[in-house]
Amino acid sequence: MATPKIELKGVTKRFGPKVVLDGIDLGVQPGESLVIIGGSGTGKSVTLKCILGLIHPERGSIKVDGQEVTRLSASAREKVNRKFGMLFQGSALFDSLPVWENVAFALIQGHGVGRDQAKKIALQKLAKVGLTKDVGELSPSELSGGMQKRVGLARAIAADPEIIFFDEPTTGLDPIMADVINELIVKTVKDMGVTTLSITHDMVSARKIADKIAMLYKGKIIWAGRKEDIDKSGNEFVDQFIHGRAEGPIKMEIAR
Amino acid sequence: MNPFALIGRFTILFLSEIGRLAEFAADALPSIITPPIYLRLTGEQLMRIGFYSLPVVGLTAFFTGGALALQIFIGGDRYGAESFVPQIVVLGITRELGPVMAGLMVAGRVSAAIAAELGTMRVTEQIDALVTLSTNPFKYLVAPRIVAAVISMPLLVAVADVIGVFGGWVVGTQSLGFNSSVYLKNTADFVTNSDVISGLWKAAAFGFIIALMGCYHGYHSRGGAQGVGGATTNAVVSAAILILATNYVMTSLLFSR
Repeated sequence: MATPKIELKGVTKRFGPKVVLDGIDLGVQPGESLVIIGGSGTGKSVTLKCILGLIHPERGSIKVDGQEVTRLSASAREKVNRKFGMLFQGSALFDSLPVWENVAFALIQGHGVGRDQAKKIALQKLAKVGLTKDVGELSPSELSGGMQKRVGLARAIAADPEIIFFDEPTTGLDPIMADVINELIVKTVKDMGVTTLSITHDMVSARKIADKIAMLYKGKIIWAGRKEDIDKSGNEFVDQFIHGRAEGPIKMEIAR
Repeated sequence: MNPFALIGRFTILFLSEIGRLAEFAADALPSIITPPIYLRLTGEQLMRIGFYSLPVVGLTAFFTGGALALQIFIGGDRYGAESFVPQIVVLGITRELGPVMAGLMVAGRVSAAIAAELGTMRVTEQIDALVTLSTNPFKYLVAPRIVAAVISMPLLVAVADVIGVFGGWVVGTQSLGFNSSVYLKNTADFVTNSDVISGLWKAAAFGFIIALMGCYHGYHSRGGAQGVGGATTNAVVSAAILILATNYVMTSLLFSR
């Protein structure tokens, strides 16, 4: 078997007394799309942020292309992050820059591409996600949520990353726009042949973009497998989640 | 609640805040001198921090100089010392009031703006986005602001010194009956280079404090609109207090005999 693109072993993270990640084991093979599902507050975002180096886990190992990345210097970290592209939940576009400069950001800042050349590439990437040239001149705040997501996707793929992270790609979108974004993700990923790791609680989206699905509950991966197998997982936690039932082994912590 | 526990908790909170701030400053300082250096962003910040603060700083200095002249005249009257208005005005403005008033005004304007901007970038994940785009937020966001503030503040204070003296001169000649050329000659004869330069050193230190407090509180803000609001308040308050405390320390060091 090839070296996994991303490999997590026993990753543990706590905030104060609260254990958020309780020994996560996870592997993503090259060219594979893994989707992590789970409720709010189960540690999905923290997992992503640990891989990106935004949060440092207390214990455990995270390897990217076989390279240990948990204790890297700032400059080595920047080099690793060049392999990554990320689509944020709220798109996280820079509102001080026009759309095209958002898309071209990694090219200009990280890869030293000239502004004219970078703009040309940015407009191509915008076209790829179905946005016209004029959109490039607008400010991000002038765009609708769906368009912002597209720009976010264009920015994530602009520097031709090997691995793309999707953080709740469909949250806050209407069902049709959500499907458009899902289709776009699947198409882009297939075209580029990249590895992806996504987190979501939207099962429709998960079924659409995943090859494999892993479920996170209380800081642990409680089930992982091919998406075709998720309906016969035999795991009552998974069953409750994918069918969205209030009754079941997962208890919401709600004061009554 | 146990009062000892309260004191202990407060002390730990205070010390950990100082530790975090020191850590932040230790990350920020090397990022100023190591490439990549974002000259264009630094230029933008020079405009926003320095140039656009000119009206506020100028007006503040003008009225401060005027009020100072008035007070010295009224107070000095009791000892027959009212003729020393020009000398005391220029000393007071260049050594203390110029840098402190400019520092406080710029703290209100700039620390708040920086904290709100970086705070919003933090809660909307724009700072995280920078990292995923292989850009160091300290170099891209913090360093240009600190450099711009440290360069801007001495320039602003130099302007404030001139306008402050001018304010004193206006009041002196218009309502206190001073002869214009005598006032100016007394001012020029009395003031020394070290009076002005000591004020400019203070200004540079205040510039560092202003930008550092804005960046620190903005960078570490969390929890949406309320968090950003809190960060903004904390930035201004802590910058103002640190400016006043630093001013005292620098006065005692610069003017100790």
